[in-house]
Amino acid sequence: MSDPERIPDIDFEDRMASVEFRVAATAHITVDGDACRGCTTKACVTACPARLFVPTSDGGILFNYEQCFECGTCYLVCNRAGAITWAYPEGGHGVAFRRS
Amino acid sequence: MPETFQDFDAVVVGAGPAGSTAALVLARAGRRVALLERGPYPGSKNMYGGVVYGRVLDGLLPAWWDEVPAQRWVTRRSTMVLTPTQALSVDFRTQAWGSPPYNGCTTLRPDFDRWLAGKAEEAGAVLITSTTATGLLRQGTRTVGVRTDRPQGDLRAPVVVACDGVNSFLAKEAGLYHHPEPEHFTLGVKEVLGLPRHEVEKRFALQGDEGMDIEILGGTGPVPGGGFLYTNLDSIAVGVVLHLPALAASRRRPEDLIADLKAHPAIAPLVAGGDLKEFSAHLIPEGGYEAMPGVVADGLLVAGDAAGLCLAAGLWLEGVNFAIASGQAAAEAAIEALRSGDSSAAGLAGYRRRLEASFVLQDHKKLRRAPGLVLSERVQHQYPKALCDVVEALFTVDNPAPKRGALRAARAVGKNDGVRLRDLARDLYTMARTFG
Repeated sequence: MSDPERIPDIDFEDRMASVEFRVAATAHITVDGDACRGCTTKACVTACPARLFVPTSDGGILFNYEQCFECGTCYLVCNRAGAITWAYPEGGHGVAFRRS
Repeated sequence: MPETFQDFDAVVVGAGPAGSTAALVLARAGRRVALLERGPYPGSKNMYGGVVYGRVLDGLLPAWWDEVPAQRWVTRRSTMVLTPTQALSVDFRTQAWGSPPYNGCTTLRPDFDRWLAGKAEEAGAVLITSTTATGLLRQGTRTVGVRTDRPQGDLRAPVVVACDGVNSFLAKEAGLYHHPEPEHFTLGVKEVLGLPRHEVEKRFALQGDEGMDIEILGGTGPVPGGGFLYTNLDSIAVGVVLHLPALAASRRRPEDLIADLKAHPAIAPLVAGGDLKEFSAHLIPEGGYEAMPGVVADGLLVAGDAAGLCLAAGLWLEGVNFAIASGQAAAEAAIEALRSGDSSAAGLAGYRRRLEASFVLQDHKKLRRAPGLVLSERVQHQYPKALCDVVEALFTVDNPAPKRGALRAARAVGKNDGVRLRDLARDLYTMARTFG
């Protein structure tokens, strides 16, 4: 990261702005905050490619579902059984790739 | 079978390559088939590295290459081994892959998947987009249709073909996955970077509609996986595939690992100035043969990524071709079952037999040791470094010292890089059994 020659990487907001999301009215992800408060790894925070999970000061997790790639990484890396419940968004909603 | 109202002879869930192929084959046999797609258009939920190997289409769609929405036809394929400061490539080009019947093309999934779903529609399948299958309709343990998120959206059919992708909630609901473990998955993240067409051709030494495919080992930092770089017409796709448990443990961000790869001295000039057109992410079922779920249940078949059919085995990175072949096999088994009036697991057992007899399971069986080998620390880090160091020692002219020769250089490097002969012998044996 300290390499002065290195071209600066794409800003994360610009990165996510390159993707079309047709946001559904209801969330397709639910998170059990109590389970998260007891979690020491919080692997979802760093592994989610869309950075949807953010740790809160009280040890819980704040999340949003709007810019979800619907990949499934979060529930697979979650070490608390059932802390993340995940389903596909309502038909016609969610990510809409154009050039993948 | 009891006489109940059936909306269709078969419901296929997911209009990716597996589902559209299954729907195409069923419709051609005169069967009433619904093809459900949760996205607004086929391909909207799909992402892959970038190459479709189309030989599998020859029997289904003769001269498919005249109409497939190809970006470029791959005539140049390079396997690259990286350390932070070194790169060793095996670079192969053949003009044979640049004319019919071709070998593989880069194509964008929204284009390709829409094209293939269109073929199913032309044959008479009913494509229903923007509709999520929310669960199986069941009578006891038998699947008799699917529930959807449309009002009065239940669809009943004697056969359901679940082509609902890597997370296959339908296969899980049917109990076909014992327990999906993160170690059987990798996360693929990719950037499509716009570059002028002439710039793509100049950087990758291509002409006309020729394309290049680069597979990269050793470019994913602390996380086992691989990198890739593919050429489209006026863009390139660059990305990394990351072993899920290691990614979680590393605390590294996926996009930072792409940035590291793009900053490598061997890659940076190839991607410089590219303008981000789309960032994407998707899971890949990478457990291979040993991690495959069950693929047949009463009234239910599972194909494509949903069945874990994907080879990410170092030398070969394929998935769309397995999806197409498994979708075809599922449809043929369903047709047989419908004809005999028995769509129980026993009646549908022809699916598994067809997969066993085809390249689908033969390739997966042959490469069943590949995932463990390719993701091992030695193959990810130790051997790339040792290989690069041997080549560097071989080609560094350090007069007045006399040349050491390849074998002595290899011995010195092996010792220096901590390669244990016992491990190397065992890995070479596994490689010979796997790739030989």
